Amino acid sequence: MADRSRGYEDALTGERKIRNFNINFGPQHPAAHGVLRLVLELDGEIVERCDPHIGLLHRGTEKLMESRTYLQNLPYFDRLDYVAPMNQEHAWCLAIEKLTGTRVPRRAQLIRVLFSEIGRVLNHLLNVTTQAMDVGALTPPLWGFEEREKLMVFYERACGARLHAAYFRPGGVHQDVTPALLDDIEAWAGAFPKVLNDIDGLLTENRIFKQRNCDIGVVSEQDILDWGFSGVMVRGSGLAWDLRRAQPYECYDEFDFRIPVGKNGDCYDRYLCRMAEMRESVQIIRQAVDKLRAPEGGGDILARGKLTPPARAEMKTSMEALIHHFKLYTEGFRVPEGEVYAAVEAPKGEFGVYLVADGTNRPYRAKIRAPGYLHLQAMDHIATGHQLADVAAIIGTMDVVFGEIDR
Amino acid sequence: MSEALQELGAYLELKQPDAVLGHSVAHGELTVDVVARALPVLVEFLKVDQRCRFSTLVDITAVDRPSRDRRYDLVYHFLSMRRNQRIRLRAALREDEVAPSVVSAHPSANWFEREVFDMFGILFSGHPDLRRILTDYGFRGHPLRKDFPTTGYTEVRYDEAQKRVVYEPVSLVQEYRQFDFMSPWEGAEYILPGDEQEDAQ
Repeated sequence: MADRSRGYEDALTGERKIRNFNINFGPQHPAAHGVLRLVLELDGEIVERCDPHIGLLHRGTEKLMESRTYLQNLPYFDRLDYVAPMNQEHAWCLAIEKLTGTRVPRRAQLIRVLFSEIGRVLNHLLNVTTQAMDVGALTPPLWGFEEREKLMVFYERACGARLHAAYFRPGGVHQDVTPALLDDIEAWAGAFPKVLNDIDGLLTENRIFKQRNCDIGVVSEQDILDWGFSGVMVRGSGLAWDLRRAQPYECYDEFDFRIPVGKNGDCYDRYLCRMAEMRESVQIIRQAVDKLRAPEGGGDILARGKLTPPARAEMKTSMEALIHHFKLYTEGFRVPEGEVYAAVEAPKGEFGVYLVADGTNRPYRAKIRAPGYLHLQAMDHIATGHQLADVAAIIGTMDVVFGEIDR
Repeated sequence: MSEALQELGAYLELKQPDAVLGHSVAHGELTVDVVARALPVLVEFLKVDQRCRFSTLVDITAVDRPSRDRRYDLVYHFLSMRRNQRIRLRAALREDEVAPSVVSAHPSANWFEREVFDMFGILFSGHPDLRRILTDYGFRGHPLRKDFPTTGYTEVRYDEAQKRVVYEPVSLVQEYRQFDFMSPWEGAEYILPGDEQEDAQ
């Protein structure tokens, strides 16, 4: 027994042999934000190596898309980042419109901007509040989800579905919004800043929240370039890079909004960025509602042509319109040969679609470029040297959603 | 916009004549055809050259074109935040060819190359950790190749008797439907059941 008590001690030097500890984080862990499996090598409580295993939610979206028409493919985009579905559809529509040279009517552009920003608020509300839950606060998610519920009702009133909208269509949007919906969105935009203030009051100066987030997961400018970050991961480190401003799409150049940037690039700054971005989004929503009400904001919501269905009333009298409608929803439209990359500033970062068309009614190849894929890739780089408990905080602010990462 | 892209394309052809085969501008995007072998040199050049500064790797993917002799197109997208420009590199690759990895210049290429390997079976030389990434542990085949069926080869279910998940060859109740939308007036050759009897006579 005397020998045993010496444990792993080395007889010559008296040093103890310490073995690193490997643990599995997830795939069924609430802080893993879905189905992330991390294989962590720990030295005590310090992370030495972090190997993310992804693909547990892989559904083969890109393969499936190759055997479906362009319009049938649109709903797949809702199922990528299911936290802000419409922003993904937007990239797909932009890619098709770029290849076919379609000009989207102004009213449809405004509606797209309006719902993209609602999507941004949806996403940031979920992210900020659940990240707070990961580091120990329970109230913010309850308050945040109440607002998300209201926004989903707006989704439902615009397109009939709360989550998987399929609302943005190549050439415009599916249906026009009603004046009553615009009134309600405006009323919501008036009341929402108060809710943000409440969440702000719960978290921003909260001692525990700051202790868990300040100086955790610091991202430098070099990291951003090396690991291909985008979105809040970039802006949190002080770079004012936003595709809405740098490479404007739709009519974002008409809108007056600021791009909040952080200073230190840690988890706390990214939280502050998201909070500030929600306030900016509310500004954009207000402006979009005003523009939609103005006389210039009226008109059709679809670029009538081969890409879009004919007006319902026309189908009652015109045989050609009826044939067009039938052919559009069975055969689908054809997209001229070519390749194109279209990107939008999704709430999580740059969401892009690389589309290769071969002139038929189906895409030859579509590659979905998800921002979360690159963010999660840098997990090993960022989390190394942090404590195990910080891993949850870092995953939280990276804003990973497995629908888009695993595709 | 497109003049600037044309200029950039011409500049690249001038500076890297061994790597660049040609360039084209379409839909406001610059595509540069390159030699796969020369990719690491070119990518490094794009990263450090003052006129390019393409320091962010946006995407790496591949396109399978089985009818072609050089079956795959490797496609790289880069972004320059400083110059606010994008560029696309395209390199044709034979099926048995190994592509050089660009992980040393862009660490973010790591997962992209793993994904291309997983989906297309293209090997990258110099990659630190070329494992499958999206498909199941122990998966066989490369799903995004055009000769891989959309339904796959295996399906999984939980076996109550063995108390574990079992893999079985895929069995479809209904055949997977691929509609052909050729107009009957444009000469699709439909072979109806019974047609072969006529040939026999």
